[in-house]
Amino acid sequence: MTGNAVRLEAKGLSKSFFGIQVLHDVSLEAVGGRILGVVGENGSGKSTTMNLLTGVLQPDVGTISLNGAPFSPKSRRESDQAGIAFIQQELNIFPNLSVAENLFLLNPPTQFNGLPFISRKRMHDDAQTLLRRVHLDVSPSSPASTLSAGERQLLEIARALAGSAQIFIFDEPTSSLTAPEADRLFEIMQQLREGGAAILYISHNLEEVLRLCGDVMVMRDGRVTLRAESAKLTPRELVLAMVGRPIEALFPEPRRLDETPVTVLEVSGLTTPGFLEGVDLKVGRGEIVGIAGLMGSGRSEFARAVFGLDEYTCGSVRMNGKVLPSGDVKARLDAGVAFLTEDRRHEGLMVNASIADNMALTALPMFASGVGQPIDRKRLLRAIVYIGQRLRLKSGDVTTSAVNSLSGGNQQKVVLGKWLMRNPRLLILDEPTRGVDVGAKQDIYRIFAELADVGLAILVISSELEELVGLCDRIHVMRRGELKTEFRREQFDREAILRAAFGQSSAA
Amino acid sequence: MSTISTLLRWAPLALFLVLIVVFSLNSDRFLSGANLAAILVQSSWLVAVALGMNFVLLSAGVDLSVGAAMYIAAVAVGLGLPNAPVWVSLLCSLLVGGIIGAVNATLIGRLRLPAFIVTLALLFVGRGVGLFFSETRVVYASTELAKFGRSSLFDIPAPLLMAAATLGLAWLLLNRMAFGPYVRSIGADAEGARRAGVPVKAVTYCVYVLCGALAGIGGFISFSQTSAASAAFGQNSEFLAIAAAVLGGTSLSGGRGSIWAPVIGAILITTVQNGLVMINANPYAYPVITGSVIFVAALLDSIRTRTQARMNRRTVRPLTTVTETHATASS
Repeated sequence: MTGNAVRLEAKGLSKSFFGIQVLHDVSLEAVGGRILGVVGENGSGKSTTMNLLTGVLQPDVGTISLNGAPFSPKSRRESDQAGIAFIQQELNIFPNLSVAENLFLLNPPTQFNGLPFISRKRMHDDAQTLLRRVHLDVSPSSPASTLSAGERQLLEIARALAGSAQIFIFDEPTSSLTAPEADRLFEIMQQLREGGAAILYISHNLEEVLRLCGDVMVMRDGRVTLRAESAKLTPRELVLAMVGRPIEALFPEPRRLDETPVTVLEVSGLTTPGFLEGVDLKVGRGEIVGIAGLMGSGRSEFARAVFGLDEYTCGSVRMNGKVLPSGDVKARLDAGVAFLTEDRRHEGLMVNASIADNMALTALPMFASGVGQPIDRKRLLRAIVYIGQRLRLKSGDVTTSAVNSLSGGNQQKVVLGKWLMRNPRLLILDEPTRGVDVGAKQDIYRIFAELADVGLAILVISSELEELVGLCDRIHVMRRGELKTEFRREQFDREAILRAAFGQSSAA
Repeated sequence: MSTISTLLRWAPLALFLVLIVVFSLNSDRFLSGANLAAILVQSSWLVAVALGMNFVLLSAGVDLSVGAAMYIAAVAVGLGLPNAPVWVSLLCSLLVGGIIGAVNATLIGRLRLPAFIVTLALLFVGRGVGLFFSETRVVYASTELAKFGRSSLFDIPAPLLMAAATLGLAWLLLNRMAFGPYVRSIGADAEGARRAGVPVKAVTYCVYVLCGALAGIGGFISFSQTSAASAAFGQNSEFLAIAAAVLGGTSLSGGRGSIWAPVIGAILITTVQNGLVMINANPYAYPVITGSVIFVAALLDSIRTRTQARMNRRTVRPLTTVTETHATASS
């Protein structure tokens, strides 16, 4: 095969989930002997595109061809066999198996010709060869649980090299690698490229992309917004192509603010080894503070630690000046903290129960005159109906309609209502509008603004930069477990925020 | 990290040594060669059953119906084949156990019912079927089968040889064939295994059939040794088998464990039962002691699982540099 042939080609790929189109007419070419860099914000459609190429998902519209022939993989297995190696961000390493067993889980080398007995020796030797290729200095027989995150990533890459793939897709492979480990990976990629392989390289590190890749394509909102040779591009141009259009009138009017609001939440020096490092943060009465950052930057871990779901080793969390002990959720609840998790279906709601049952859950003790006393159902129902109205909840009878009959937006309102029943003083929102359609989003934003107006302190974590810019009074950027830069409303600059999240200095 | 896991690894062995000391101080017969050999022979049936259970536990499942499978196998051999040669009886036990395993596997795989519920139902249904045929009367083994149970080859008793053969087979499956890593990958993360291309459904099916078949062998061994099966034959052996595997180090939450775990655990449990007899303990204390052993096994496993989970958490920043900056910051 010649080196510069188009190996994998996609034309006009579109994909919708539950009626929301997430990919619009995406085309790309992976050419033998070249590396194509793919960049974009979280949720811009990069991963969906890769999932379509590798058969994890099937496109609604559009075609894929492999080495010139039509190709419509129905599963990962099919694309694997067709020679597409997909190194996913989410690692697929089994910690309870040995390094060699992980490498050869599906095709272990056998002995006695044709009999299904594993040849330990050949497996060991073959594993050693592969490990040497990625410069991973571990014994093939050691359990994978002893490997660091970076070493597991290298192991995953070694597994991809085990086959005879000619197309490689790397989805953010360097996020858990140390600098020398990343250099090894780049060396391997160059070797593969010189061997005629076509490589797709997804990364959040823009300088890395420009240095490694021959071509770059930028995605935003499920569309390709820029496609060029990387020699002609600067990191700044990439960021511009990622940010795009102006904010629509989705957000409430900017609110007038107290110059010096009373501090409600004060976090200082919060540290959890491997997750958080010296995080300081204040949220005042009536303030909406946002935390921006990429997925896996430690935002959710921060929220969990503040709410007491995870323990921290150093630092303190204060509510209204009172120190809350690490890992104590009850103390947070008593101090008036409410937490809307990012995974509302699994952690925030009983989806088969009624709206009223869901909303009553955390507030039940407040509707009985004492422990062991009956619950005042009438008063409870009145409170539920009142809050439902305040949230403009669109639903049938709150006592009979189940939560899973509601739309994503109304489900989120139920979770919010559940917490409002307790009259909280601080709301922590992790990805509050994930899976919520645009109309309901606007509604939810307005509710947040109203809540802040009556004095609630709100801390919002979001991957959607526009949401933070439209909603918040201040924005902090988190990167690798550290809270880096702070922006005030008058300084909001999406480009600068994005650069901080990607770890680019403002001079770049 | 390493100190805790080392402690946990050796905890069952330490427990074992303590028990041996207690038993030998209270009985001069306990440590005799004849008694130690007897313990091994007595544990044979449990080794076979626990080896099967080990596969199920490794796949993050459970099989509560092994006691029922043992009983049906004994009833089938005792009543159905009173004059058959020994090897036919063995084959019959394997088959009967395998069929019960297949019923489990089908209900779990096809109807997507939880293994706990399915095998709990089979525990009652299976024993009911056995009692229906035996009419609750004691079933006796043929003289030939009873003779086989007490025979030996090169001075090694037949039950022990059968347990060893079962161990050999299980070892091949777990350590020398793709089946082993398949089962363990499913136990660690079934969805991840499916994504990695492991035939999860087929492997899970085989695991339950295998467990049933090995329970059939266990029933066969025990039946040939005692040459009689009362209505309670094999009762509670599901708990003994699970406890044996877990005591040896196999995890109740799947994925973790070795081929030796059920063997060590089965011998340990049999030693306890034997020792209680040797020191003339109150028979009513037996269930208390056995129950405590099971509790200790589950407790150790739960601690092990939690330490493991902490170690496997994914971090968002390199751990080493954090501790380094800490050290410099605090000094």
